[in-house]
Amino acid sequence: MSTNAVSAPGARVARRVNYLNARHGVRSWLLTVDHKRIAILYLIGVTFFFVVGGLYASLIRLELLTPKGDVFLSETYNKLFTGHGVMMVFFFMIPGIPGVLGNFLIPLMVGARDVAFPKLNLLSWYLFAIGGLTALWAVVHGGLDTGWTFYTPYSTVYSNGWVVVTAVGVFISGFSSILTGLNFLVTIHTMRAPGMTWMRMPLFCWGMYATAIIQILGTPVIAITLLLVAAERLFHLGVFDPAQGGDPVLFQHLFWFYSHPAVYIMILPALSVISELVTAFARKPIFGYKFIAASSVAIAALSFLVWGHHMFVSGQSVYAGLVFSILSFMVAIPSAIKVFNWTATLYKSAVSYQTPLLYALGFIGLFTFGGLTGLMLAALGLDIHVHDTYFIVAHFHYIMVGGTIMAYLGGLHYWWPKISGKLYPEMWSRVSAWVIFIGFNLTFFPQFILGYLGMPRRYHAYPDEFQVLNVMSTAGASILGLGYLIPLVYFFWSMRYGKDAADNPWGATGLEWQTPSPPPTENFAETPVVTGRPYDYTTIPEEVRVG
Amino acid sequence: MSETTHRQPSLGAYLGVFAALMALTGLTVFAAFQHLGVWNTPVALAIAVTKALLVALIFMHLRYSPKLTLLVVASSIVWLAFLIVITVSDYLTRAWLPVYPR
Amino acid sequence: MADAAHAVAAGTPPELQHHFTDLEHQREASTLGMWVFLVTEVLFFGGMFTAYVVYRSTYRPAFEGASNLLDIRLGTINTAVLLLSSLTMALAVRAAAQGRKKLIVFFLSSTILLGAVFLGIKVVEYSQKFAHHEVPGPHFVVPEGLPRQAEMFFSLYFCMTGLHALHMIIGVGLLSWLIARARRGDFSVRYSTPVDLVGLYWHFVDIVWIFLFPLLYLLGRHTL
Repeated sequence: MSTNAVSAPGARVARRVNYLNARHGVRSWLLTVDHKRIAILYLIGVTFFFVVGGLYASLIRLELLTPKGDVFLSETYNKLFTGHGVMMVFFFMIPGIPGVLGNFLIPLMVGARDVAFPKLNLLSWYLFAIGGLTALWAVVHGGLDTGWTFYTPYSTVYSNGWVVVTAVGVFISGFSSILTGLNFLVTIHTMRAPGMTWMRMPLFCWGMYATAIIQILGTPVIAITLLLVAAERLFHLGVFDPAQGGDPVLFQHLFWFYSHPAVYIMILPALSVISELVTAFARKPIFGYKFIAASSVAIAALSFLVWGHHMFVSGQSVYAGLVFSILSFMVAIPSAIKVFNWTATLYKSAVSYQTPLLYALGFIGLFTFGGLTGLMLAALGLDIHVHDTYFIVAHFHYIMVGGTIMAYLGGLHYWWPKISGKLYPEMWSRVSAWVIFIGFNLTFFPQFILGYLGMPRRYHAYPDEFQVLNVMSTAGASILGLGYLIPLVYFFWSMRYGKDAADNPWGATGLEWQTPSPPPTENFAETPVVTGRPYDYTTIPEEVRVG
Repeated sequence: MSETTHRQPSLGAYLGVFAALMALTGLTVFAAFQHLGVWNTPVALAIAVTKALLVALIFMHLRYSPKLTLLVVASSIVWLAFLIVITVSDYLTRAWLPVYPR
Repeated sequence: MADAAHAVAAGTPPELQHHFTDLEHQREASTLGMWVFLVTEVLFFGGMFTAYVVYRSTYRPAFEGASNLLDIRLGTINTAVLLLSSLTMALAVRAAAQGRKKLIVFFLSSTILLGAVFLGIKVVEYSQKFAHHEVPGPHFVVPEGLPRQAEMFFSLYFCMTGLHALHMIIGVGLLSWLIARARRGDFSVRYSTPVDLVGLYWHFVDIVWIFLFPLLYLLGRHTL
């Protein structure tokens, strides 16, 4: 079943029929209901929006090289950080790992032919694409200047930017997220192969299940909130406008009720990818499987109870602030449990330092760092000091970039042989992992210091004494950008010139490695039956060729 | 090959629930005009919840559905409660701090 | 081990999608999917209920006074109409499970008719509001004797009932699709899942109205 063949130089191995070559033509891709092809469509889409968001970031960092606001007008600068936030949050981070890795892997990992609702899955992608293009239209026609957070009454009454168009784009894409979560939840409940009990399911699936819960329960609230913002702006309703009796803080409650759990939509899939990488490259069963599974669900539930920590200085009651502060401390506990368990898994194991593990190790360090600063922010007194400064910016970039994006890249590298049937070039992949790690830290560590010293966020001018740190940050951003470019190039290169991958190049456990690389459209010739424990590395044969 | 595997309500149950729903509607309108003080709202909500439960349990077959469905429905109520209760508790507790500008 | 997708032997129902093992599996997954979708709808409407709770407690007299300007007869009739439509929908589901084509079409058509009556009455109510300058925005006139926050009540009234009406329109569309399929003979004792699922959706929309009616129409009557 699993062959360990590596193609001999010069020989052309007859290509098996797989999901990539089964049918040809643009229509077969745009009308596909195969979850694996939909994953590739998401890969193209999120990469595109990542580039758009990245261009915005370069312009921001360009302006911040000098203390004066001398490259852009302040109004333009507002559009830059708004565009960066909107593109990255709604069209890269939230759809990213679920859309690409979730779609590709969940049916394979649970031993199913496809997700529960394949046509709905395709609809999800179209909603994502249409939503993204709608927001892009707003970008091209002058942009939005409210910040990705759409605070009222500026967004509903005073802004001259494309508020409604952008809100509509986010709204449409939100339904993509909802339907994806719905699909994954039902798939995991009803489509597991015989013998695949909940406690035998890969931890990636547990993480995606927890993410689905958040997508389902949280996203509708931002949907209705944006609808109200649009209605207020178009029909002068006054739901959030103080001049008409409305309350801007109510907007913030409704907005953050989703947007805090949303950051867990961004991190939970990443955490579950790391669980897979750590166990695969430590080549031993993960330590504390049940705790890791339970911690994912605990994070999903607790994430809904902490949103007020974004509102400590908004005029919210002090007592509500106290409660949100305590709960914010508590939500760190399940995340910490994961970090302890990964450490215990790696301890005294025969670690294989392949590229995916480099990303995983980078993640563990950077996520811990970002998470600890999150605990600092949960403390009311400290948060009041650093609210709306670069400390906050650094905190969430450590989690989202140092965390999620590194996990995403680690996962892409790990599963690339399965997705494409090819191996990426090992030397270049290690180089880019290091370039990314160095570039990332140089970009964002100075921002912690800047924030603590008092540099506000969303400002395009700053006092002269902050320039050195800002220059370091911009230098780091250039390196980071270069680091991201390298995998883009060699992943494309590998599809044409890469070595053919074996079915299980890592010698890992999991049903996805029991299929050919790349898999056939129907995933499994026969429905698998699961009998063993998850991550049972004691039964994997010693000899494994990586290639 | 397969029929619906769960029990369905009888015709009588459907008609009975409909009659109850109409009666409760009349009751809620009647009660709305009474001077019940602080109880007007709880009474109205209690009647509404009863009607909703009848529709959910009988018309929507929730009574005969798997436990998972019940869990899914319950979680939506709990989450809505989180949203409303915690948001409202902000407003209710603002006045607790005597020096807080209002 | 024979595999469902390769079951060329007679008996693979045409309604069975290839990734499910059998019709019961498909029904179970689809039903769970619809319930999960309704959960998202609870939170979707829930955001507006939150705004309602906050503003009602802040502007109580304005809300009570403005609520009394709504037409309670039309509101009550609409409530009865919608409850009846839930009955006809439930009976349509029952007929579908029994495979009785004519009865399915009858009850689905009745449900559409009742839905149309509901929407028609809403049109009447909305046009009355326009005529009395009770629509929030630049043409709003504060009703006599009420605080200006009455406008907030009407904002919520239009948003909540408007979103509800939009869901009804979508429901009517789904019902029409079902009638077309029923007439084609798509539903039988073996397979009636689409009717079940639309039924769940329709009952949910009814439940939303069950809460909207007292919260919007009845909250101030005791002050009269």
